[in-house]
Amino acid sequence: MSAPFDITVVGAGPAGIAAAVTAVESGARVLLIDDNPRPGGQIWRGDWNSGREGDWLNRLAASHVQLETSTAAIDERILDKGRKLILATGARELFLPFPGWTLPGVTGVGGLQALIKGGFDVANKRIVLAGSGPLLLACASLAREKGASVMLVAEQSDSAHLRGFTASLWRHPGKLIEGARLGLSLLGSAYKTNCWVESAQGREHVESVQLRHAGRTWQERSVLLATGFGLVPNTELAALLGCHVEDGAVHVGDWQQTSRPSIYAAGELTGIGGVDKSIVEGRIAALAATGREAEARTLFSDRTTWREFAAGLLRTFAPRPEVLSLAAANTPICRCEDIPLSEVAAHGNWRDLKLATRCGMGFCQGRICGSITRALYGYGPNSPRPPAVPAPIQALLEEREL
Amino acid sequence: MKPDVLIVGAGIVGSACAWELSQLGLRVLVIEDEAVGGGATAAGMGHLVVLDGSEAEFELSAASLRLWDQFVARMPEGVEYSRCGTLWVAADQEEMAEAQRKHNFCAAHGVRSEMLDPVQLAETEPNLCPGLAGGLVLPDDGILFAPVAAQWMIRDSKAELLRATVARLEGRRAILADGTVIEAGITVNAAGARAPHITPGIPVTPRKGQLVITDRYPGFIRHEIVELGYLKLAHAASGESVAFNVQPRKNGQVLVGSSRQHGVKTHEIDRHMLERMLRRAIEYLPALPQLAAIRCWTGLRPATPDGRALVGPWPAQPGMYLATGHEGLGITAATATGRLIADYVANRPPIFDATAFLPERCFHA
Amino acid sequence: MPSTITIFVNSKPVPATPETTVAAALLNAGITTFRHSPRHEPRSPLCGMGICMECRVTIDGVPGLRSCQTLCREGMQVQLEVEPA
Repeated sequence: MSAPFDITVVGAGPAGIAAAVTAVESGARVLLIDDNPRPGGQIWRGDWNSGREGDWLNRLAASHVQLETSTAAIDERILDKGRKLILATGARELFLPFPGWTLPGVTGVGGLQALIKGGFDVANKRIVLAGSGPLLLACASLAREKGASVMLVAEQSDSAHLRGFTASLWRHPGKLIEGARLGLSLLGSAYKTNCWVESAQGREHVESVQLRHAGRTWQERSVLLATGFGLVPNTELAALLGCHVEDGAVHVGDWQQTSRPSIYAAGELTGIGGVDKSIVEGRIAALAATGREAEARTLFSDRTTWREFAAGLLRTFAPRPEVLSLAAANTPICRCEDIPLSEVAAHGNWRDLKLATRCGMGFCQGRICGSITRALYGYGPNSPRPPAVPAPIQALLEEREL
Repeated sequence: MKPDVLIVGAGIVGSACAWELSQLGLRVLVIEDEAVGGGATAAGMGHLVVLDGSEAEFELSAASLRLWDQFVARMPEGVEYSRCGTLWVAADQEEMAEAQRKHNFCAAHGVRSEMLDPVQLAETEPNLCPGLAGGLVLPDDGILFAPVAAQWMIRDSKAELLRATVARLEGRRAILADGTVIEAGITVNAAGARAPHITPGIPVTPRKGQLVITDRYPGFIRHEIVELGYLKLAHAASGESVAFNVQPRKNGQVLVGSSRQHGVKTHEIDRHMLERMLRRAIEYLPALPQLAAIRCWTGLRPATPDGRALVGPWPAQPGMYLATGHEGLGITAATATGRLIADYVANRPPIFDATAFLPERCFHA
Repeated sequence: MPSTITIFVNSKPVPATPETTVAAALLNAGITTFRHSPRHEPRSPLCGMGICMECRVTIDGVPGLRSCQTLCREGMQVQLEVEPA
């Protein structure tokens, strides 16, 4: 059976859209799939009408890319769809557990942003955002725009780190940074560095959160808490397809090629770096995959710039030791299986941990707890099993009548 | 100090051997290169089942279940033991006759069982398809999560566990991959399908099995349900087969099996077999396609030419005992296997007459 | 303005729009417990992007669907394991 497409792209965020549009403009037949109901990924989320997002999304809409949303690539059958595959599966948030982090009303920072973009009405809601990284500010400014009262943005990184980072920003006038600056100026005293959440209290829903800043702790009565400590790459599908994964990211060469022939990777899954790195990597992958290496080469210096920027970002917002040790003995680490810290500690590797405790054997397949154990202990899931995303048993069968 | 016993393999069988041999007061060293209970033990369904394919098979499984009862009473909650019973389901009158034969066998051997007519079957398992002929329930069969059982046995035995790869096991010594030689009073090869890799000549070959597990759907099924065609399929000595075999994990997850492929040595999912296996299960459980699958995985089970496990001294290697070749019955049979090995080592009367499982039947000097 | 549609949560009508995810519609209706964990702790959406699986509900009879990844449709039947407060 010959492949119906020249190139399949998995993930319709910035990297995937840039790759799909670039490839189709090279004359390739391109299939772009995403398991979200709309294209744009977490950052653009179907935001058709503004600036660069709108530009790429409109180019996608005007193109001959075949877009299939609400479609998940669950196993190696994705390879049958096209002659070459570009993976752009993006990133997820890193959560660091603290007592109460599983209560309803505690969401991710990107999580809250996504819920708001999905229609969650936060008008007049009191919100505390706590964690690390530029996403805190982006989400705070979105929440404000939608009428929420942002009580506090708690950035765990210290001000010295942040000053060094912001001083380097003039070279990188990215939208993320503009948004962050804007958010910062709006927030004023509601933005604190060296500040983090220690616990959340409540029975059926979060009622208050305990914060720490400069040696002082206090409780903030709030309705919602958004927390997140930056992003981690979504490498599961790549690993399932046999692509080499190193230090939690898909290893790629100059052409964004993975260790598997005809499989490329672009964007956050090759290393967290933000939207500009994603776009340039998506373009390089598509150009290389369609035989336009010379053009791809002209983008290498851009890519280097954004990767350096990303490295600075990671250094600036690396979690401090205190936020890695907030969980209590009974704090769930694996939310799917309710495995507390006391049972998770004291296993030397992921497989022992999993077989002894069921940690990571639940519905999220270790995505949330595995990122936590990697942050806390330096190990996490390393050999994912199909399906890459839970799927109805029906989906494991070939597409023919039962 | 030289151990009295050196066991290679900390699967459920090696772990049970370690536990029983430690009870004799022997110093036991277990060598395992992966996680305890991480090989075929983690790729079995953990079904504790009385089988009646032969008197010998019955004795092995029944003795094992009696021992399992004592173990699970002491094991932690994480072993997830559930006395859910086995429901052998009959698709037609021919299989119903087999159910009746099994029922008679159980009655003659003091094992509880109960025949179900089609109406009772539908009441017992409402998600089974209509039109089945009936079934037989063995209420004392059970299930457990075998890796945790193996870990408990190693811990409770106080045996020493060494994480290392054994390159060769011969007579009374093991040679590790790094060249280290470890001498012992006796050795036990409990390396499952890898037994002949470290001791050439052991008549064991891999049989690959595949499993799928779903999200939690408490009450979707209540028994381990197995089609009565299972035995004729499973005991075909070669080739490929699938059978309807599903299990309600204690937490509500549904574990779907089973498949057998002979001579396949790799762990990749075989899509063709996976699909055959799932389609077979869907014939019996029409609502299964909507359940969310979380994970598919495979294991290599140790099969023997005559379908019987190898338990006892191995004449080709004086000082070595074999505890392998259980194929799909390893979890059930682990406890009696451990006890038998200890019986032989202690030179006391065996827990039952297990001549049929002595490896010497496969030894041709 | 997006047109208003009605979805049903445990048979009770809940207003929504076609641009709204099921997760957002439930939260907007004041529903905070989407499901319970094995130790029966209440849970609600965490990641908002289809990773954590905490928001899964039964939609039109299909269990285990991520409400944060599903857009509302007129007449959609959403079933929660517990009656919403």
